[in-house]
Amino acid sequence: MTEKIRVENLVKVFGRNSKAVLKKLEKGITKEEILKKTGNAVGVNNVSFEVNEGEIFVIMGLSGSGKSTLIRCLNLLNKPTAGKIFFEGEDIVKYNKKQLREFRQNKMAMVFQHFGLFSHRTVEDNAAYGLEVKGAPKEERLRIARETLETVGLGGWGDKMPHQLSGGMQQRVGLARALANDPDVLLMDEPFSALDPLIRRDMQLELLDIQDKVQKTIVFITHDVNEAFKIGDRVAVMKNGKIVQVGTPEEILSNPANEYIEDFIKDIDRSKIMQAKNVMFKPSPLLFNKDGLKVAIKEMETNGISSLFVVDKGRKLQGLITIDDTINAIKEGKTLNDIIQRDYFTTDPETYVQELLPIASETKFPIAVVDQSNKLEGIIVRASVLAGLV
Amino acid sequence: MNTFPDILKIEIGKYVDVFVKYLVRNFSDFFDALKQGILWVVQNIELILQWLPWWLVIIGVFLLGWRINKLSSGIIYSAMLLCIGSFGLWSLMMSTLAIVVTSVVISLLIGIPIGILMAYSDKAEMMMKPILDGMQTMPSFVYLIPAVIIFRMGKVPGVFATTIYAIAPAIRLTNLAIRGVSKEMVEAANSFGASRWQILLRVELPQALPTIMTGINQTTMMAMAMVVIASMIGAKGLGSEVLIAINRIDIAKGTEAGLAIVFIAIIMDRLTQGIAERFKIPK
Repeated sequence: MTEKIRVENLVKVFGRNSKAVLKKLEKGITKEEILKKTGNAVGVNNVSFEVNEGEIFVIMGLSGSGKSTLIRCLNLLNKPTAGKIFFEGEDIVKYNKKQLREFRQNKMAMVFQHFGLFSHRTVEDNAAYGLEVKGAPKEERLRIARETLETVGLGGWGDKMPHQLSGGMQQRVGLARALANDPDVLLMDEPFSALDPLIRRDMQLELLDIQDKVQKTIVFITHDVNEAFKIGDRVAVMKNGKIVQVGTPEEILSNPANEYIEDFIKDIDRSKIMQAKNVMFKPSPLLFNKDGLKVAIKEMETNGISSLFVVDKGRKLQGLITIDDTINAIKEGKTLNDIIQRDYFTTDPETYVQELLPIASETKFPIAVVDQSNKLEGIIVRASVLAGLV
Repeated sequence: MNTFPDILKIEIGKYVDVFVKYLVRNFSDFFDALKQGILWVVQNIELILQWLPWWLVIIGVFLLGWRINKLSSGIIYSAMLLCIGSFGLWSLMMSTLAIVVTSVVISLLIGIPIGILMAYSDKAEMMMKPILDGMQTMPSFVYLIPAVIIFRMGKVPGVFATTIYAIAPAIRLTNLAIRGVSKEMVEAANSFGASRWQILLRVELPQALPTIMTGINQTTMMAMAMVVIASMIGAKGLGSEVLIAINRIDIAKGTEAGLAIVFIAIIMDRLTQGIAERFKIPK
């Protein structure tokens, strides 16, 4: 994984004399005290993280946590008070005006919470704005604008004015405007917060679809835990201008750094985030098909279970046997092949627990988690499905 | 009785007097050139206005009124112009209009850039605000005096005084309009790497246009109001008719000239307002 952006010890203080405030911060004086004493607001306080190429990096936090300030530092709409921001290894904080303009024109594009569309321009001219700033010829920029509008599902709406579109469609224009520029990095500042819940959900899924196609690096801001964990490859949780924890959604869920994070993830709907691979057990004990029925009984007895999955040498799943059948088979002199059954459910590791819930309550055997080549990756028992939800 | 001590007396009037005289003495060439320039503009605008056939003007205003507002507006405006003509004030009306148009054009050429500057710089705004207040509240007769000293009598000091009086709303509303442009919109433009000029010309000014149009309407109305006073320093027009009527206590003449001024004011107000309305951006 190549690193796209690296932020080192970033501080953003608003107001006059910000350098003096910096010293106070270093001494450990809190944000609140500084605001009271000097009137300076500390937006971001000594933050470091990196964003990898092609990932969706979500910065999550409540309002006032500094997340919007932080994302605006990445394209220098906010000039950092201290710290470094490396883009592909180059410190962009040092850029002069001209370099900065070129950087913004080519490398990064932003989507805004309240869309920030130009109300005096048509949808098409809005989408073409970035190219217009770059000085692309009219034909070319309108062609690209139309194509991009098509990508976001707004083909044929180019002649309309933004106010004629619904909120969700307006944000699609915002997204098209950013994508038309073909930037390396997409900055999205609470892009779906102003939308209705249903439309928000559609837009989240569509963003993931579009991301599959365009493969950009995305930095995404949200205050919504469910949204963060749904679309984020990695999530950074911010509080009071600092990053409290960074990790994949699973890491944060299974290993919250402190009480604050625990509080945060309490009301999250885990069944939509936890996948089969997160709740499955290692597939042991197992019966290899060369093993005899006596071995099977011994395995089941020592582990106190009543059924056993059977695999071949390559751990490919062959079937399942129950303890009753096995005892009978030994009495009647039958072989493994006579009693093996396939009356169980399988699932792939990426299936969300939500979808496993009805199966888990129905089946009398564990659920087998297999990959595409039918190799047994793990097993899920009913208890572990339910355990994954709390 | 309580008297203010003489020792604290500041004779600011004297200093201004000295300053104006110093200007006249040392910069007479500059003011002469300025006077010639303004005069050339006013005279040419008046030449065109006087050359226009009266019926063409009436038809033109009718069509404008109809297109911009509604049919009945067009009819009323043209009827008003017919009245002015029938009072025998057509030519004087055109003289007045020439001064108004010149003053408005100068006001916008100077006022809009100053307004933009004020919007960009809080310091500039802080400095300009009291000056604008002064320009609008200072009795206009006060700056007629230096205007006459610098430019002598005639149309040019008229244009000068009118411009000072009428420029304030053009500046104020431009400032207000640019400052009122949605912060997120400007941020969006910035995030795409637009230069300051690109933002001003393609985002801020188009967004500010409706409010600036309101400023143009206000400037026009104030210029119209000032033109009557400007006639006291020799700017011939409808105002001078009023002045003569006062001197002769001629009610009939006063009424006609007064009505003519009101009619023109109404027509210009409604037309510029109608145009401003068209620039509104639906949100």
